[in-house]
Amino acid sequence: MRETYFVNAIAEALDQAMAEDERVIVLGEDVDRSTIGATKGLIEKYGANRVRNTPISEATFVGAAVGAAASGLKPFVDLMFSSFFYVALDQVGNQAARLRYMSGGQVELPLVYFAGTGPSGSAAAQHSENPHPILMHLSGLKVAFPSTPADAKGLLLASIRDPNPVVFLLDLMLAGEKGLISEEPYEIPLGSATVCREGIDVTVVALGSLVQKSLAVAEELEAEGVSVEVIDPRTLVPFDWETVLTSVRKTGRIVVADPARRTCGAAAEIAAVTAERCWDDLRAAPKRVTWDDVPVPFSPVLEEAMTVSPEDIRRAVLAAVGGERGATVSA
Amino acid sequence: MSMTQTAQSTELALELYERMIRIRAFEQKVQQLFKLGKLPGFVHLYIGEEAVAVGACSVLRDGDRITSTHRGHGHLIAKGADVERMMAELFGRRSGYCKGKGGSMHIFDFGLGILGANGIVGGGIPIATGAALADRVLGRDNVTIAFFGDGAANQGVLHEALNLSAVWSLPVVYLCENNQYTEWMRTEDITAGRIADRAHAFGIPGVQVDGNDVFAVREAVSAAVERARRGEGPSLIEALTYRHLAHNEGEEVFSGVYRPPDEVDSWKARDPVVALRRRLEDVLDVPAAELDALEQRQRDHIESAVETAEASAFPAPEEALDDLFADRIG
Repeated sequence: MRETYFVNAIAEALDQAMAEDERVIVLGEDVDRSTIGATKGLIEKYGANRVRNTPISEATFVGAAVGAAASGLKPFVDLMFSSFFYVALDQVGNQAARLRYMSGGQVELPLVYFAGTGPSGSAAAQHSENPHPILMHLSGLKVAFPSTPADAKGLLLASIRDPNPVVFLLDLMLAGEKGLISEEPYEIPLGSATVCREGIDVTVVALGSLVQKSLAVAEELEAEGVSVEVIDPRTLVPFDWETVLTSVRKTGRIVVADPARRTCGAAAEIAAVTAERCWDDLRAAPKRVTWDDVPVPFSPVLEEAMTVSPEDIRRAVLAAVGGERGATVSA
Repeated sequence: MSMTQTAQSTELALELYERMIRIRAFEQKVQQLFKLGKLPGFVHLYIGEEAVAVGACSVLRDGDRITSTHRGHGHLIAKGADVERMMAELFGRRSGYCKGKGGSMHIFDFGLGILGANGIVGGGIPIATGAALADRVLGRDNVTIAFFGDGAANQGVLHEALNLSAVWSLPVVYLCENNQYTEWMRTEDITAGRIADRAHAFGIPGVQVDGNDVFAVREAVSAAVERARRGEGPSLIEALTYRHLAHNEGEEVFSGVYRPPDEVDSWKARDPVVALRRRLEDVLDVPAAELDALEQRQRDHIESAVETAEASAFPAPEEALDDLFADRIG
C-alpha cells in the first residue's frame, strides 16, 4: 500500500490495463500531455498507435469508440470534462447505449468513457456538469462514480475489463486528494456499494465528493449524539440496492446527497426506490440534498450557493432524525 | 475481349444482377406488405438505388465491414445478409436478426461485418470510422465502407470523420448515395457545392460517379478500397442516383407531390436493374429465359422468407428486458 493522488490511481489502473491487454487504446484531446493527468506517460510507454490525440470532434471520436469496440478494440476515451458528453450525445445515447440491445444482443462493446466531472471552482456552466442522472436514465450504459483513489483504481480496472460501455466519472473536487492504494492490479466489481461508516439513526447515501463531506458531518454529529451510517454506491449503474435498502431497514431514515440538480437526479431515484421498498421501515420521509435546478454559475459566491455544502447535509440529517416529513433540502 | 474475359465478365454481371434482383424483389415485397398493413413501424425502400450497394459491396471481401442507413435493406443484402432473418425482423419476430428489437432501420449482422443500419442520419459514419481505426491499430488490412445519403452529407460528423480519418490514414470509404432528396426537400436547395468536392478540403480523393451504373460504382469503389487497403487512407465517393419510391412508405398522406413527375420518369427510364439486364441480353448474349428464371428464383426466395417470417413466433413479452448488457465471462 502506498499513498497516491486520486488521478494517479486512475493513471495506474489504465497503465496496468494497457500492459495486460493490447486491445486497450486511449483516445482523446491532449492525451499525450494529459490535461487532467489520467493518461500521463502512456504515449511514451505504449506509443502513438495506442495512445491517440484526437481533434476536438467529440461526436466522432466518441462514436468511433463504438465502432472500434465492435471491431476488436477496448477503447478508453478521455472526454476531459463531462459537460462534453452533451456534444456527443447522439453517439452516446443513440449508438453506444443502443447497439447491443437493438441488435438483439449480437455485440459486446467494451469501452470506457472517462471524464472529469462536477464543479472545480468557477469553471461555470459548460465545464461543471454532473451528467450522471442523464446517463443513468439512458439505459445501456454502466456508470461509475468513485470517491476514493483506492475505489477509483479497482473500479477502473473492472470497467475496462467489462464487456459493456462504462462511463467513468472523476469528481474534479477529488482529483488532488490522496489515498492509500495497492500497487498490484485489483478490481472492485461494478454494482457493489460500500458502507463507509456504520451508524444506527440515519442512512446517508452520498456520491462523489459528497461522500467525504457526509463523513465529516457524521463525525460532527456523533459528538452530538446522532449516529449516521454513510454509504457510497460507487456505481450508479448497476446500483447496489441491497446494501442501501438493508441499511435503511436498520436506520429507518435516508438522506441522499447528490451533486446534481434536484429534478430527476440520482437522489430522486434513490429516494423513490427506498420509499417504495422500505415504506414500512421508514420513520421519516426520504430527504434529498441536491443542487438547485439551475446551471452551475461562475462567481464563487453563486457556485457555493447552488451546490451542496456540509451544512446542507447536516440540516437534512437533523431534519430526518427530527422526524420532519416531506422536507427536501436544496443548497 | 477474349472469350475468357467475356465469360468472366458475364459471370460477374450475372452475380451483380442476381444481387440487385434480390434487393428489388425484397423491396417490392416489403412495399406490398406495408400497403397491406402487415408491417409495424417505418419502412424506407431502396428501389432505384440498387447499383450503388451491389457495386460497392462486390469489391469487399470477408472481414471488410459496412455501416448502413435508415434505407438499409439494399446494403445488407448486398453484403450477404440472410433475407429470411431480415424479413422476420421486419415482422418483429424472434427469429429476426435482432430478435424483434431492431426492425427495418436497425438490422445488424456483426458476423458479416454489418455494423448496422442506423435510424440516425449520419449515425453510422463515426462507427465506420472506429471500425477502420480498429483495423489500423491491430494491423489488419480490412476496409470499412460507410454508406450514407445526401442528407447525412450535411451532418457535422461527416466533416469530423473525413478530417479524423484523413489525419490517421484510416482504411475507410465514405460512400454518399445522392438520391437528390433529403426527406421531402430538394438536396440542392439545402446543400452548398458538390458533396464529392468536400473531400478536397481534407486532402483526400473525392469523386462523383453514376450511381445507376453498377460497373461505374464498382470501379470507383474498387479504387478507393484498394487505396485504403494499401494504407493510403480514406476516400469520399458521391454516387448520383434516385429513389423511385417514397422517403418512407405511406408518405403520401402528408407529403403531397414534391418531385416533378417528369423528373421521376426520367430517372425511372434509367432504372439500374433494367440497364443491367439490357446489357446482359444485348452485349453479353445471356438468353432472356435464363434471366427470367434467375428473377423468378429470387422472387420465390423472398416469398418463402415472408411465409417463414409470418409463421414465426413473436418474442415473449418478457424478452423486452433481455440483451441490455453482456455478461462478463472470466
